[in-house]
Amino acid sequence: MSSEHKDVDQHSGTETTGHEWDGIKELNTPLPKWWLYTFYVTVVWALGYFIVFPAIPYFDGSKWDATGGVINYDQRAVVAEAVEENEARLKPYTEAIVKASFQEILADQELMDVAYAGGSIAFKENCAGCHGTGAQGFVAFPNLNDDDWLWGGTIEDIHQTITHGIRWEQDYDTRYSQMPSFGSDEILEKEDIKDVTQYVMQLGGLDHSAEAAARGATVFEEQCSVCHAADGKGDKTQGAPNLTDAIWLFGSDRETIYETIYYARNSVMPAWKERLDEATIKKLAVYVYSLGGGVEPSDAAAR
Amino acid sequence: MQMSHAIFERNSIILLIGVLITVAIGGIVEIVPLFLIKNTIERVEGMRPYTPLELAGRQIYLREGCYTCHSQMIRSLRSEVDRYGHYSLAAESMYDHPFQWGSKRTGPDLARVGGKYSDEWHQVHMKNPRNVVPNSIMPGYAFLSEEVLETEEIKDLIKAHRMTGVPYDDEMVENALADLKAQANPDSDYDDLLNRYGEKVSVRDFAGDGPKVTELDALIAYLQMLGTLVDTDVYGIEAKLQQ
Repeated sequence: MSSEHKDVDQHSGTETTGHEWDGIKELNTPLPKWWLYTFYVTVVWALGYFIVFPAIPYFDGSKWDATGGVINYDQRAVVAEAVEENEARLKPYTEAIVKASFQEILADQELMDVAYAGGSIAFKENCAGCHGTGAQGFVAFPNLNDDDWLWGGTIEDIHQTITHGIRWEQDYDTRYSQMPSFGSDEILEKEDIKDVTQYVMQLGGLDHSAEAAARGATVFEEQCSVCHAADGKGDKTQGAPNLTDAIWLFGSDRETIYETIYYARNSVMPAWKERLDEATIKKLAVYVYSLGGGVEPSDAAAR
Repeated sequence: MQMSHAIFERNSIILLIGVLITVAIGGIVEIVPLFLIKNTIERVEGMRPYTPLELAGRQIYLREGCYTCHSQMIRSLRSEVDRYGHYSLAAESMYDHPFQWGSKRTGPDLARVGGKYSDEWHQVHMKNPRNVVPNSIMPGYAFLSEEVLETEEIKDLIKAHRMTGVPYDDEMVENALADLKAQANPDSDYDDLLNRYGEKVSVRDFAGDGPKVTELDALIAYLQMLGTLVDTDVYGIEAKLQQ
């Protein structure tokens, strides 16, 4: 603007915009110098950023692309490197764990420490959701601290279960068995189911009606003993639980047992081989085995 | 300083044009590279449109505001990759309208929750999360297992997604309701569903409540699919390491 507009406010000594509204004038205060120079610095910084980091699109004759920047920064490469670095750090142990048999791992204190620590971490992220942070389990999800195992408690059994899961249909090697829905599929009459319920309660040492249990024994023999064995002690090759102990996955009251027989229970555990690598699965097997309930192979044979 | 900026202050149209130019430059600089940088436009194999049941489950996810506490975006940081699995690829949310990346995690990330837990776990957990995670602060959603899924609008929903560019074909639109019901019922004839959406679609009684299709069926079907469509070994970390 030309200087003829120049109008300086007498109180502040600052130039005004030259406007006047009913005697009120607007000061034309310039931006503070520190603010202005900071702004210029950010502009220069942005230019540098354009050059250093991937930013500028261009057409290379056949397709659109963008400059990689002078440092060719790529967050995917950064994370790949970080993952690789960590893997390299653990490599001696990872390789040893993958190569060693479980007996060798259990006998080697150093490998054992690594496997237990690694297994403990993997357990908290991947297993604790169902089995609890202390592996104590919940209704429908087994406690892993005790020595009652559905599919076997040797370290190899545990490894197999973690790798392929239970009734995990996407995995062809998954552990599989199917309890029939005796009620909803009309295999048994309701009265029969009530009797078997009493018999199962007798097997478990719970309060029961002896008369109904006696009738239920015949039905049990015909329908249930194939998997749960004649003595009700179960069969680990089929994941059929022992009915004679005090451990009940879904509850030991009459209604729950009746419901179990009526609708059946076929719990599912995911297979982990797609999600976790072999070393991690072995560490988990060692960890779960070491929780207190692990079964020695010789004991497993004796049972 | 000179008074050259006074021209903007004294003329609203010039000011408006100036603002538009400034904002446009900012927008172009931020947005255009996203259409050109490989990471954001790479094509991956395995992505397919969500099945009607999964899409209905996604609507429940939106309705209940799951995104306010759960993200669906595993960032490319080692700590995240260690915990949640392979970082999310842009293409994995290509059929999400709107995407569910989220901006805050009160609960864990769900981008790869599919297949991590059994259906039964989801049933128990939705009813009352404390039943399986004692220190969880997530609310219970017990009513989902009681609400029969509303399906009148499923066809329109698929159509709407088709308008945004999701490649649903005419057959998928026409058979939306049949496909929805088939996926929740393992005793149904679900071959057509698999023909349309691929062999990897899971057909189960997700909520474990028999033939009726509840909101819980849909939500679990959606959650169990999350992050399972793309074989990430081919695209991300593994591929980078082999380069």
